[in-house]
Amino acid sequence: MSEEALRTESISKSFGRVTALRDVSIRLMKGEVLGLLGDNGAGKSTLMKILTGFHKPTTGKIFFEGQETELKSVSHARAMGIEPVYQDLALINEVNVYRNMFLQKELMRNKFFQILDDREMRRLAQEHLKQMRVNIPSVDVEISKLSGGQRQAIAVARSVYANAKVLLLDEPTAAMGVKESAMILDVIRQLKERAQVAVIIVAHNYAHVFDVCDRVNLLQNGKITFDRATKETSVEELMGLVLHEMREAREQIHHT
Amino acid sequence: MPTEPPKSITESQATPKRPSRLGGLGRAFLHSREASILIAGVLLIIYFQSTAPAFLSWSNIANLVVFAATIAILAAGEVMVIICGEFDLSVGMVYALAPFVMFNAHEAGVPYLLAIVLGMAAGAVVGLINGLITVKLHIPSFITTLGTLFIINGFTLTISGGFPVQPHPDPFIFAVFGGPLGGFPVSQLLWAVAITALFQFILVKTRWGLHTVATGGNLLGASEVGIKIAWIKIGNFMLCSVLGAFAGMLDCFRISSADPLAGGTDYMFRATASAVIGGTLLTGGSGTVIGAFLGAVVLGILSDGFTLSGVSAYTFDMILGGAILITMVINVRLSKLRAAGGGK
Repeated sequence: MSEEALRTESISKSFGRVTALRDVSIRLMKGEVLGLLGDNGAGKSTLMKILTGFHKPTTGKIFFEGQETELKSVSHARAMGIEPVYQDLALINEVNVYRNMFLQKELMRNKFFQILDDREMRRLAQEHLKQMRVNIPSVDVEISKLSGGQRQAIAVARSVYANAKVLLLDEPTAAMGVKESAMILDVIRQLKERAQVAVIIVAHNYAHVFDVCDRVNLLQNGKITFDRATKETSVEELMGLVLHEMREAREQIHHT
Repeated sequence: MPTEPPKSITESQATPKRPSRLGGLGRAFLHSREASILIAGVLLIIYFQSTAPAFLSWSNIANLVVFAATIAILAAGEVMVIICGEFDLSVGMVYALAPFVMFNAHEAGVPYLLAIVLGMAAGAVVGLINGLITVKLHIPSFITTLGTLFIINGFTLTISGGFPVQPHPDPFIFAVFGGPLGGFPVSQLLWAVAITALFQFILVKTRWGLHTVATGGNLLGASEVGIKIAWIKIGNFMLCSVLGAFAGMLDCFRISSADPLAGGTDYMFRATASAVIGGTLLTGGSGTVIGAFLGAVVLGILSDGFTLSGVSAYTFDMILGGAILITMVINVRLSKLRAAGGGK
């Protein structure tokens, strides 16, 4: 529990003259579930994209398992064990479940001609989904035939299967009913029980994810303004902070 | 293997009520995307054979093969481009260009086999340009290839001076790339079938095919998992243009002449129509090369059948257009039946 999984040191990111992140330092321990909360436009997506290797920070450092690292690309970050689960889930509707499970990490019968090993991918996908208690009719169905919750579960299962050490979940419960969200949070709880992966959940719905998080960070205007264990805070306190921010913003508008 | 039992469990879950083995097979057939176009094709053959008994004669089938084979080869490339979410309007112009590249190379002393490779390389360069402009400069491929369509056409007319040329290949080259056998266009047919089989295999069984579907099905998602979407698109543009070049050279050998006005938008539209009739979605992410092959055959049956029936050239296009629409309606109907019959 005390080992460090991922850490950022004073990360900033600007797009032209717009500064999306300012001096952001976060720390994630192994087996920990960290909630990264904040309003729309607070910089959550930018921070996610930096941690996945999609964007490079303008300044600042990233440490993975204690080592300073430059995340060169999404593939590079994934190869190290940083697995993102995006809001759109990066699943291909027209492709069946098991091929989606291995997308971009396909098993091949013939490396030179890149011929896919469907039988083995099918078998392993089936085995793994059963293990993670993800309930779908068959691994042969196309993703388009599955429900939102099933898709989310498959996306998470895919990341875990890919030997994820750090799992980045972007708004896992967005656009989902109560029952569906419960299914996802259940999968996350399961991961926590096994304590093999560290998880960052990015969300703007605090109440949904508060339960499963060990610790929460609040991102406001590109800065981390709050960092505390969930045991020592409450949804109400977080809401209070956000309300305060809103009031300040309103006053600023009045002054100008 | 110990994993066999769960496999059967999920299979029985997937199709809970399988009435009989025959019913299952029928369902599997209906479930395949190519089934509807195949049925439409067979119905058309029956119709034309009943109205014009010469329809299924060898000489007429030879006509049909000549027409369908070229379009099928162009359509195979077009299917790949359409599946990854793009469009290639220029392929018919590459078809006209490549024979002149080959002819001029041979005139300059290059042996035919190498000249053919150079003709295909010219296609690859066009595809590379189409791809780079589309992907790197973010120009919609519809516009990119509309531009290159005119550029290539002008280029072909310039290097040819607007006149056709006659290549004189040795018997071996002629036999392999253009020659009929006993009056039947065997090499054309074999090339079309082989290219269709190869590209269907690439699409369904290889990583390249999977990534092509992924790129067209979910562009953002594909890039998020690290698929090199730019390279997938550029590569498919190149494959499409190389096939266009190859088809052009095949026809050049077959008729022993390269015409700067051959192919063009007419062939491009026929190839695209074949792809769409065969079940490839213009929105990307879904398609089949075998379907496009069957689509080309159906188009061939339609134009050939109406010619045989003695339809006037003036009314011909109207009937052809109407027939394409009717075929598509039948196709869509059968697809719906298939979706309902599939049960999933």
